[in-house]
Amino acid sequence: MSDDVVADVTRGQLAGGVDHHESTLRSRSRGPFDGGPDMIQLLDPEGQRVLNGGAQEYAHHIDALTDEDLRGFYRDLVLIRRFDLEATALQRQGELGLWVSLLGQEASQIGCGRALRPQDHAFPGYREHGIAWCRGLDPMRLIAMYRGVDRCAWDPKEFGFHTYTIVIGNQVLLGTGYAMGVQRDGDVGTGDPDRDTAVIAFMGDGATAQGDVNEGFVFAGVNDSPIVFFCQNNQWAISEPNERQMRSPIYKRADGFGFPGVRVDGNDVLATYAVTKEMLDRARSGQGPSLIEAYTYRMAAHTTSDDPTKYRFSAEVEMWKLRDPIARFKTWLGHEGIADHDFFVAVDAEADELASNVREATVTMGDPEVADIFDNVYVEPHRQVEDDRAVQAAYAASFDDEGVA
Amino acid sequence: MAVQKMTIAKALNAGLRAAMEKDPKVLIQGEDVGKLGGVFRITEHLQKDFGEDRVIDTPLAESGILGTAIGMALRGYRPVVEIQFDGFVYPAFDQIVSQLAKLHSRSRGAIKVPVVVRIPMGGGIGAVEHHSESNEAYFAHTLGLKVVFCSNPTDAYWMIQQAIETDDPVIFYEPKRRYHEKGEIDVDVPPARDLFSANVVRQGTDATVACYGPMVRTCLDAAKVAEEEGRSLEVIDLRSVSPLDIDTLTTSVTRTGRLVVVTEAHSFVGLSAEIAAAVTERCFYSLESPVIRVTGWNAPYPPSKIEEHFLPDLDRVLDGVDRALAH
Repeated sequence: MSDDVVADVTRGQLAGGVDHHESTLRSRSRGPFDGGPDMIQLLDPEGQRVLNGGAQEYAHHIDALTDEDLRGFYRDLVLIRRFDLEATALQRQGELGLWVSLLGQEASQIGCGRALRPQDHAFPGYREHGIAWCRGLDPMRLIAMYRGVDRCAWDPKEFGFHTYTIVIGNQVLLGTGYAMGVQRDGDVGTGDPDRDTAVIAFMGDGATAQGDVNEGFVFAGVNDSPIVFFCQNNQWAISEPNERQMRSPIYKRADGFGFPGVRVDGNDVLATYAVTKEMLDRARSGQGPSLIEAYTYRMAAHTTSDDPTKYRFSAEVEMWKLRDPIARFKTWLGHEGIADHDFFVAVDAEADELASNVREATVTMGDPEVADIFDNVYVEPHRQVEDDRAVQAAYAASFDDEGVA
Repeated sequence: MAVQKMTIAKALNAGLRAAMEKDPKVLIQGEDVGKLGGVFRITEHLQKDFGEDRVIDTPLAESGILGTAIGMALRGYRPVVEIQFDGFVYPAFDQIVSQLAKLHSRSRGAIKVPVVVRIPMGGGIGAVEHHSESNEAYFAHTLGLKVVFCSNPTDAYWMIQQAIETDDPVIFYEPKRRYHEKGEIDVDVPPARDLFSANVVRQGTDATVACYGPMVRTCLDAAKVAEEEGRSLEVIDLRSVSPLDIDTLTTSVTRTGRLVVVTEAHSFVGLSAEIAAAVTERCFYSLESPVIRVTGWNAPYPPSKIEEHFLPDLDRVLDGVDRALAH
C-alpha cells in the first residue's frame, strides 16, 4: 500500500474535489484505517505469514489445519463473494428488492464461520451471508428474503443459525439469553467436544452504540456466559464513520464489561479463524464471554439503496483493495504449494456455476400466497386474526364470483 | 386442604410455584425477584426453593431482561419475566415488539417464544410518577402478543399457570392495587375456562358493563348499588384484551341493548375504543344507546394526591350507566 495514498486520504484532498471540513470535535489519535499494534495478523496484505499483534498465541490453530481445510477456506471465500456479486447484480436488474453486500468482509465471516462446531449457535445481523454459508443454509433462503417472497423461514435449530435481524443489535441480547440457556443445560465445560456449546453474536461497528449490545455485554459478563461477541468493524455505519460512533476502540470496551477483547485483521482469514477458534474454545470450556473486533472494510455500499460516493473517498476504497482478503490468501496458498493453478481455475468455475444457479432459481421463484399472511401470527389461534382471515378470503372470493358471472 | 383463602399476590406466588414444580423449564427473571422476592413479593421464597439458576436476579436493564428471556426461550426454556412497574417496560418495548411478538411469524412458524411478561399495572396506590400506568393498548395493538389481566385470586392462581403453558408470548397484567384483596381458591379444581375467554361475573338485564383488571371490583361494587336503585347490570370481566372474546360481549349486549366499557386507561385510541367499535359493528340493531366509555381522563396520569379524580370509581361507572339508560 502506498503511504502517499494514506496521507492524501488523511488530508481529504482526493476524490473529485469533495470538500472535507474537519470538525473541531474530531480528534483522531490513529491514522485512517490503521488497525494499530494490537491487531492480530497472521497473513499480511502481501500474502506473507507474520505474527503481528500477539498472533503467536493463536498460530497453533492454523498449524492444526490440513491443506484440505485451507483449500476449503479459499473455496468458501471465492464462492461467497461470487454469490454476493450475483445477488447485487440481481438487485440492479430488479430481481431483488434489496441486497446487503458483504464485499470485503469475506475473510471475517469465513474464518469465523469455519471455527464454529455443529452444536454452536450463531445470531446474525443481516449481512452474515458467509456465516450462513458455513452453517449450511441454502443461500437461496437469503435471496428469498431480500426478494420479498419469504421471511427468515429456516429452523434455527437445524442450522445453529438464527433469524437475520434487521433491528440493529437485537440479536446480541437473544444470543446472550441463548448462552444463559446453554449454561442451564449444563452444556459448558464438560470436556466433551461434541457437547460443549458456544454462542456467537454478530454486530457491526454502528451497533456498538446500541443499548441492546451494551446490555448484552453486561448480562454475559455477570453470568460468565459462553458467548463470543463478533463485531465486524467495516468502518462505516451507512454514511457515518467510526469517529461518529465511538471515542475508544471497540475491542478495548470489553475491559469495562469484565472480559477479554481482541482486535483481529478481518481481512486475514487465518487470523479470524484462529482468534475465533480460541475464543469459542474458551467459551465452551466455561471461561466466559469475549469480544472480537474484526477490523475490515465495507467495499460496497451499505445496501443497494445507498450511494457511498456522497460520503467517502474513492481513494479510501482503492487503499482497501490492496488489503483484499482473497488475493492475499491465494498468494499464500500458491506460494506454499497448498493449491495450484488447476485448483484455482476449478474454484472459479464452481463459483460461476453457483452464480448461474442462483440467478436461475431467483428469477423462477414464485410469489407467496396472500392468504398466508394470517399463518403463524400466533401458535394458537387468535380470534381477531382468524376473523380477518375469513374476511380477506371472502373479499378475494368475491372477485372469483364476478369472474364466473 | 383444597380450598385456601389467599390474596391475589399470594395466589400469583402459589401459581408460579405450581408452574415451576410442574415444568423444570420454567424460569423467572427480573429485578429483585430473588432474595427480595420482588418489590411486591410475588416471587417470595421461590429463589430459595428453586435456586438461582431458575429465579434470576438480573442487571437493571429491561431490554436486557426481555432480550435474554427470548434467547432462553429459543433454547427451550419458558421464562417468566417480571417488569417491576408498568412505567418501566418501555426500555424493553423494542425487544417485545420487534422480536418477542414477531419471531414466530418472522420464522414462518419455525420458532416459538413462550415468554410471559408480568407487569403490575395501574394506579390507586399513591405512587410516584411512572408507577401507575395502564399501557395495555400498546401491546394489544401488537399482533403476535396475547394480553391478559387477572382481577381476582382464583384467576391470578390459574391464569398465570395457563399463561406459562401457552406457546405464544403473553403480557400478563396484574392489578397492583388489588394485590391484597382476598378470595377463596380451590387449587384442586382446574380452571373452568381457557385463558382467553371472558367471564360473566354478574348477570343482569338492563345494561352490560365490560371491564378488566382493577376495574372489575369497581364495576361489581357499582352493580350492587345499581341493584338497590332497581337496575340490573351484567358485568363481564374480559380477562383477555388480545384476543378479545367478542362472542361473550355480543351475546350479552344483544340481550341488554346497552354497553358501558370501563378501563383505567384513558379512552383515546385505547381498548375501550376498540371494544366500542367491535360491538357496534356486530350489535348495531340491538343497541338502544351509543356505547358509553368510562375511563381515565385523556390526560397524563396525575400526581397521586388527586388520582382518585382520575380513576373511574363507583360513581363514575353509575354515571356512565345512567347515560346509557337515558336513551
